[in-house]
Amino acid sequence: MSDNTLFIVFIAILGGALRVSTPFMFVALGECLTEKSGRVNLGLEGTLVLGAMSAYAISYHTGSPWLGVLAAGCAGSALGAMHGYICKLPKVNDVAIGIAMMLFGTGLAFFFGKAYIQPTAPRLGSIPLGDWTGNAQLATALQINSLLIIGILVAMAMSWAFANTKWGLIIRMTGDSAPAAMAMGVSVDLVRFLATTAGGFLAGVGGAFLSLYYPGSWNQGLSSGQGLMAVALVIFARWDPLRCVAAAFLFGATGAIGPALQSVGITQGYYFFNAAPYILTLFIMIASAGSKRASRDVPGELSITK
Amino acid sequence: MSVDAPVRAMALETIGMTKIFGSFTALGDVSMKVEAGSFHALLGENGAGKSTLVKSIMGYYHADRGSLLLDRQETLIRNPRDARAHGLGMVYQHFTLVPCLTGAENLVISRADAPGVIDWTKEKKSLDAFLDRMPFRAPLDVPVASLAAGEKQKLEILKLLYLDQRLLILDEPTSVLTPQEADEILGLLKGMTDRKEISVVMITHKFREVTSFADSLTVLRRGRRVGGGNVAEMSTDDMARMMIGDTQVRDRAKRAERPAGKTTLDLAGLMADDDEGLPVLAAVNLKVSAGEIVGIAGVSGNGQSQLVEVLSGQRPLKDGRIFIRDAPFEPTRDAYYRMKVFGLPEEPLKNATVPRMSVAENMAFRNFDKPPNAKLGWWLSPGPMRAKARELIARYQVKTQSPDSPIGDLSGGNVQRAVLARELSGDVDVLIVANPCFGLDFASVAEIRSQIMEQRNKGAAVLLISEDLDEVLELADRVAVMSEGKITYVAPVQETDRATIGMHMAGHH
Repeated sequence: MSDNTLFIVFIAILGGALRVSTPFMFVALGECLTEKSGRVNLGLEGTLVLGAMSAYAISYHTGSPWLGVLAAGCAGSALGAMHGYICKLPKVNDVAIGIAMMLFGTGLAFFFGKAYIQPTAPRLGSIPLGDWTGNAQLATALQINSLLIIGILVAMAMSWAFANTKWGLIIRMTGDSAPAAMAMGVSVDLVRFLATTAGGFLAGVGGAFLSLYYPGSWNQGLSSGQGLMAVALVIFARWDPLRCVAAAFLFGATGAIGPALQSVGITQGYYFFNAAPYILTLFIMIASAGSKRASRDVPGELSITK
Repeated sequence: MSVDAPVRAMALETIGMTKIFGSFTALGDVSMKVEAGSFHALLGENGAGKSTLVKSIMGYYHADRGSLLLDRQETLIRNPRDARAHGLGMVYQHFTLVPCLTGAENLVISRADAPGVIDWTKEKKSLDAFLDRMPFRAPLDVPVASLAAGEKQKLEILKLLYLDQRLLILDEPTSVLTPQEADEILGLLKGMTDRKEISVVMITHKFREVTSFADSLTVLRRGRRVGGGNVAEMSTDDMARMMIGDTQVRDRAKRAERPAGKTTLDLAGLMADDDEGLPVLAAVNLKVSAGEIVGIAGVSGNGQSQLVEVLSGQRPLKDGRIFIRDAPFEPTRDAYYRMKVFGLPEEPLKNATVPRMSVAENMAFRNFDKPPNAKLGWWLSPGPMRAKARELIARYQVKTQSPDSPIGDLSGGNVQRAVLARELSGDVDVLIVANPCFGLDFASVAEIRSQIMEQRNKGAAVLLISEDLDEVLELADRVAVMSEGKITYVAPVQETDRATIGMHMAGHH
């Protein structure tokens, strides 16, 4: 393999990481926020798909992709709020509800989305970050979407807020020790409801990226489990928003290995490389399950038997 | 919060407090009077209604009858938040600090007027100023999860003082502390009550603490007030009689004189890591003979819990061997059965029982797969299991509604008794006991200690790991001190004293 091919592969992976990571990032941040408050929302896969559909539909009808992004966020919040409300009822298991919400979200998206598979909606623009390099390939790879920057900013804001604001501390407190939060007069259910709703908003926005930027169309096979992988990613990132961003890039890069190799003519093991993110998820789950540091960082209230 | 204003102690009085759960009167017509600036002890056995009384005061329960007077004003407390607003603060038996937050974060967020955006430079400065005025300090910059029990307890009390509370209710505050830490904290609180800065109500059943620190006391039994008054006018015998009433407390089993037997339990160079992967046991060497109790004393966190976990198969051994009667011992179910090794781990509800399974099932953990409880080793018969449980419940006086109630519903002392019944009802060669009387009342303590002594007299090799030095001195034939993961001192109990042991506990060899 010549230096040039290596360079192409590298660029393709970099470009892939920048493009593919955004939905992972938003879903992971949403899940991170929800889990910090002590609740697991496994339904974010459904939220992602419904967000993608809503964004595409609204963008198509209004002609404004950013209105589409907002609509995706609102659809996500609605699903999040529903999850948050149902889990508030006594003896409800959040994991089971999450799975139901995942099926509900995807089902709803497919039902309303039938009409939007054909038409073309206006898509989000991109910011050329790499034009100064003078290298056409690099310039294409470095074309990024503003949602990526927004995602990084959201992660930074979350990380700051968890340490420096009253609400941040209250969310961490609720997630780590519900009795302590109740003793302080904090309504645990309300905090979790709000955190799940806000988490749903972020996941919905992640869906808008899928349908409005990359791959940039609406169809039923759009997500292929990214919402579920993002949940694993939060565990890998040990519930830290900034590490969620890093983990999202890592997932994006592994997802790009297959196409990148194909672009230089290596087709052997194409499907194997395409499966890389799923294999990575598996290994991450195994590695983090045995990690003692992960068990220390896990919010104390997270449990599948609540 | 105001920084310079002196904290004024508050007076508290309950009149005819009554709380009924279903058909059970948990609290019947209890009147208690706490003068402003006094240190009041609330004595009683487990289940006597102490917790119900303070929870009714704090607004967790709504009393069915009765009223509460704060500074002689009748006050209605609807919920814990109300209580806090009125200056009532409580330190619970379980900690209410949030483990993942640092001390500073815990303090600031507990304030009702915590700012939306926290200016940490400013807050740190005011926290430092606050700590300078306090009689004791606690580390504020590390997550609470990594603090030792004593530090957590201090931080809990600091939190209440930081919130400007004028009356503190402490629910068995010293059960997690070393004797020195307990004396220090209670002494400092006593100083604050003497200066009329706060009033204190302390739930306890340690007479020593009552006589050394409290001014006045109230004694509860079966939900009723059975006595009280000034501590100075009462002897501990009076208090004990009021507390346990006519209940017969079992006499302590006498230490039978017997020649030292052969070495039964031999720990040879045990090494293990803690949860973070750091070495916590650094070659523990110890021999225990038949018919002997070896008591391991030490400041908590020097590897005692990990040693117990290693011996009970809860933690992998990195190096070293355990021998029982010169045969290597691996902590497997089969080996426990064959070599007759039994144990009473600390926090039995967590370490020795499955809370949601029934008392009968929990009592059968050692032999549910052996006849008559099982046929062929897998077909279980609940009948004999329940019959056996009934017998044990009667013999060990376990208070439970039926053998079929979940063991998690039992009080602490009764869980301990149920585990004791399971572990001691057969033939015991080796007994490993950790903090067996932690948080238990007077009668249970006497009972459990005499059971342990009986096993020794019958020829078992007993390894007792306890944070209560009095317990070690009372029971042990030989005393060992554990410090930084090693046994640093071993001596027959007649040839040593508190001061020597204390010195080794503190790490001076």
